Amino acid sequence: MTQQRSAALVGNPNAGKSALFNALTGARQKIANYPGVTVERKAGRLMLPSGEPVLLTDLPGSYSLTPTSPDEEVTRKVILGEFPGEPAPQVLVVVLDASNLEQHLVFAQEVIALGRPVVVALNMVDLAERDGLVLDPAALQEALGVPVVATVAVRRRGLTELAEAIAAAEARAPEHHRPHVDQTERRVTAHAIAAAAIISETAKHRLHSKLDRVLLHPWLGPLILFALLFVVFQAVFTWATPFADALEAGVSWLSVTAKDILPAGLARDLLTEGVISGVGSVVVFLPQIVILFFFILAMEASGYMARAAFLMDRLMAMVGLSGRSFIPLLSSFACAIPGIMATRSITDPKDRLTTILIAPLMTCSARLPVYAVIIAAFIPNRNVGGGVGLQGLVLLGLYVIGIAGAMVVALVLRRSVTKGAASGFIMELPKYQLPNLKDLLIGLWQRAWIFLRRAGTIIFMVTVVLWLLLNFPRAEPGQNQVDASIAGHVANGLAVVVEPIGFNRDIALALIPAMAAREVAVSSLATTYAVSAPDDAAVAVKLGDQLRANWSLPTALAFLAWFVFAPQCMSTIAVTRRETNGWKWPIFMLGYLFALAYIFAGLTYWTAVWLGLG
Amino acid sequence: MTLDLLPIGQRAVVTAVDWATLAPDEAHRLQALGLDVGARVALAHRGVMGGSDPLAVTIGRMTVALRRNHARAMTVGTV
Repeated sequence: MTQQRSAALVGNPNAGKSALFNALTGARQKIANYPGVTVERKAGRLMLPSGEPVLLTDLPGSYSLTPTSPDEEVTRKVILGEFPGEPAPQVLVVVLDASNLEQHLVFAQEVIALGRPVVVALNMVDLAERDGLVLDPAALQEALGVPVVATVAVRRRGLTELAEAIAAAEARAPEHHRPHVDQTERRVTAHAIAAAAIISETAKHRLHSKLDRVLLHPWLGPLILFALLFVVFQAVFTWATPFADALEAGVSWLSVTAKDILPAGLARDLLTEGVISGVGSVVVFLPQIVILFFFILAMEASGYMARAAFLMDRLMAMVGLSGRSFIPLLSSFACAIPGIMATRSITDPKDRLTTILIAPLMTCSARLPVYAVIIAAFIPNRNVGGGVGLQGLVLLGLYVIGIAGAMVVALVLRRSVTKGAASGFIMELPKYQLPNLKDLLIGLWQRAWIFLRRAGTIIFMVTVVLWLLLNFPRAEPGQNQVDASIAGHVANGLAVVVEPIGFNRDIALALIPAMAAREVAVSSLATTYAVSAPDDAAVAVKLGDQLRANWSLPTALAFLAWFVFAPQCMSTIAVTRRETNGWKWPIFMLGYLFALAYIFAGLTYWTAVWLGLG
Repeated sequence: MTLDLLPIGQRAVVTAVDWATLAPDEAHRLQALGLDVGARVALAHRGVMGGSDPLAVTIGRMTVALRRNHARAMTVGTV
């Protein structure tokens, strides 16, 4: 029986493993989770020069085989073949940062000592040369006793040689005869090996420290960070508009064409009112999501994200968190799911739990469809001076309320349910690098695909079910279809609960399916108003006009306030359950967020009514 | 002198670490990053917005961010 050949990339964080993985496997990769833990498992296919495929996995970055985080635990178990259902990779490819050998050789020795087939990729040799460091791979190979290949992943250099070395890798005798070697001894050895492998070292003034002098400046640094974040959020809205408009035009063209060519009937209505208007109203937000992720991925790949964590550490410390929480929270502005998954790099468990619990308060991209529709319909497009629009200001306000809410909640949680010692902040600040366009595009494609898959599955199913519930039983002549439907009856019940905060029956109807995902609220409202329209001319009326005709301004504002807090996303609840190993914390999260949503929507409604806005 | 008091840019060597004052997890992390007795270090950045936390320490060709309480556990001497 021929078994498929396998290999895994291992190494310290920031060794350039992911770039090397992308370079070796191209876009042919599969991202999933290791069963039972939310550590990402990246696998792809590497073609050997002989044409034989090798299953290549990219293991989470580790500093040693003694794990200090869930990430490192997975790496250790997979390497040792202890991970259930995951056979140990046949060849281990140790990735080293050429300009940081002294540090990276510590873990490398630990892996090599296992005696398994090992190949060393001496990565980022170009950056080392930029820093004035010339290395001798042959000397390193001699000292380590395993093949060493110099690579530059982002420039696709040394990849064939690396593949050849993987093909030829052989097991060596495990070093049983050696006495137990501890971390300190390995460090001494690493120092000696690194010194022997360095041919010349000129103390060039490194670009890295020059950039840091500006970007980590005590006052200039935060200013630059906030300016950058401002640009990011501006870009999300202005750059995305032409693409969103084009998508919207495409969706309405599709709907009109379907109406023209299909015979009238329930099946046609299901397609146009349910599928096209429902799924279409969500897909138009793809450009915004892609732009936000573009910035997040670029910040990560360039090494700036760790600086942002450094700059934010002091602010985060005020509410009992650390700068490490900044990265998951920033990702949560795109989507809470990758955000919550990114918390696994936070070592302190109380810190991590608090970050998970507040992550849904960051305004994720799924709220954008909701905010955008309501703001466009109810907030006048007026200039409030200095080129700042009122609509943009309201949107910014919603983001700020979410952040402020999260900070207050973190402060309260750290003094109550997640009480514990103040958390620390220890993290490597990686070297600056120009992000590789291809790596960025692969990352963007993966995020966009996740979003589209959600639109194609969850959102598709939810809209179709809602359409069916809205259309059956059929209304008597003269009766409104929504009033007669099953969904209408359910919503009437819920409406009693949400009436005190200014919500009407249509909103109650939208809130139920929006439990699956927030953006469904928009498609549900679109479907509801399309179904209740007396004729086709009324269906064509834009959703914004429908909303203005049926809602008061205080109701619209209360609806916005509700969505700042409401935890309406099944995937977030599911990922929280998995991350916290049980139902306790997701239920706590649901409870506190719904309570806040109800209170703030009510406060908003009654304040607006009192101010005479309705 | 402890690491947190080192003037910016001055090279030093870690001569002693009071591991007992640190959480075991954090101690392990610092060690994994090479912050241990014998490490050659320099303080690159101290504080943000007028504060004195966090710190950025260069060790070899690596920069590590940590808090003042970690640096205070490390005694440094001149190279």
